[in-house]
Amino acid sequence: MFLFEDVEHGYDERRVLHGISVELTERRIAVIGANGSGKSTFARLLNGLQVPTSGRVLVDGLDTRSEGRAVRRKVGFVFQDPDVQIVMPTVAEDVAFGLKHRGLSKKDTAARVVEVLAEHGLSELAERPAHLLSGGEKQRLAIASVLALEPECVVFDEPTTMLDLRNKRRTTRVIAELPHQVVVVSHDLDLLSDFDRVLVFDEGRIVEDAPPARAIPAYLDLMAPC
Amino acid sequence: MLSLYRPGTSALHRLPVGVKLVVLLLSGIGLFFVTNPFVLGGFLLVVVGLWSLARVPLVELLRQLRPLALVLALLGVAQVLLLGWVSALVVLLRLIALILLATLVTMTSRTDDMISALERAASPLRVFGLRPHRIAFVLSLTLRFIPLIKEKADEIRTAQRARGVERSSLALLLPLLVKVLRMADHIAEALDARGLDDARDR
Repeated sequence: MFLFEDVEHGYDERRVLHGISVELTERRIAVIGANGSGKSTFARLLNGLQVPTSGRVLVDGLDTRSEGRAVRRKVGFVFQDPDVQIVMPTVAEDVAFGLKHRGLSKKDTAARVVEVLAEHGLSELAERPAHLLSGGEKQRLAIASVLALEPECVVFDEPTTMLDLRNKRRTTRVIAELPHQVVVVSHDLDLLSDFDRVLVFDEGRIVEDAPPARAIPAYLDLMAPC
Repeated sequence: MLSLYRPGTSALHRLPVGVKLVVLLLSGIGLFFVTNPFVLGGFLLVVVGLWSLARVPLVELLRQLRPLALVLALLGVAQVLLLGWVSALVVLLRLIALILLATLVTMTSRTDDMISALERAASPLRVFGLRPHRIAFVLSLTLRFIPLIKEKADEIRTAQRARGVERSSLALLLPLLVKVLRMADHIAEALDARGLDDARDR
């Protein structure tokens, strides 16, 4: 569903991605690499949050450069820090946020919010101010709010980095159970051990592209201190 | 308005938010024409009565006033010195009554009800090309991020204390500004990702 054609990306003088050409059709895809290897930028190219300096990114044939809005409807994005992603003061309002902007009526929005909160075990927190949630609850809310919009694919940017072990496992399970196509950027190798495909980034290039059994050892090798 | 709301089912909780806000607005204007301390005292009693009607314990009332005690005291002293006892009493009664009334409104109204009420109130501004739902949106964002900014400020303060810097407002403000600006970029990104650029406006 994602097609990268000769993608280059840079900020000012600094190139962060070089000649990326790749097609992503698998259901579970992971992106790993060192800090600053370009994987976060790669994730942001998937839903047109950033558009490539040259080359193009197609999502189901839609160019992220010209059809950014349509692309973002298809591709949900869960950010690393739920605090910046939760934009409304209370849990229920935050889930309602995206729905309202989709033009759903008040009644339909309210019904959908109740449904989504129940699905994610957040019902009893509906009226809770977002800043009083624990880290794990914030993450659950961030994911719930994205899934409420029924995207076809979900991109996770380091979804477990800020979580304790219990919440990490919980998030891993939630991701595993999603029927959606999923792209996860992560340092958390447990999370992606049963994925279909792993892209290893190094200095802005894809240096390995294989199932986890081959890609993870290559990554560990790459990360070995010299 | 941040986390003052206390869930409840009293008559005041059930009263439409619009009505409460209009009463607050009218009281705010009205009290400035009242200079009789007895009338003001009576009004304050009515407000205190409303507090008990909302079933908020009266201890809470004192707790709400405590952070303002210093300001009120300074104001009182200045008034006594400049204009005399009666004037000081009038000003303080007026202010305390209004603060308590406003606090009561926030305590008994859910934030999103309040924001929708303001959105409705702002709808005549459409004539001037303003979009009321955007005003409401800005209010919600503000409510969401004030506690977060406070959290960041606390983080910086702790980090500085760990390195031996006690209270220094400049040393707090600069890193806070940087953090907040960076946060703003991320929030803007998140808003895009969550479809703020979607419908309704276009």
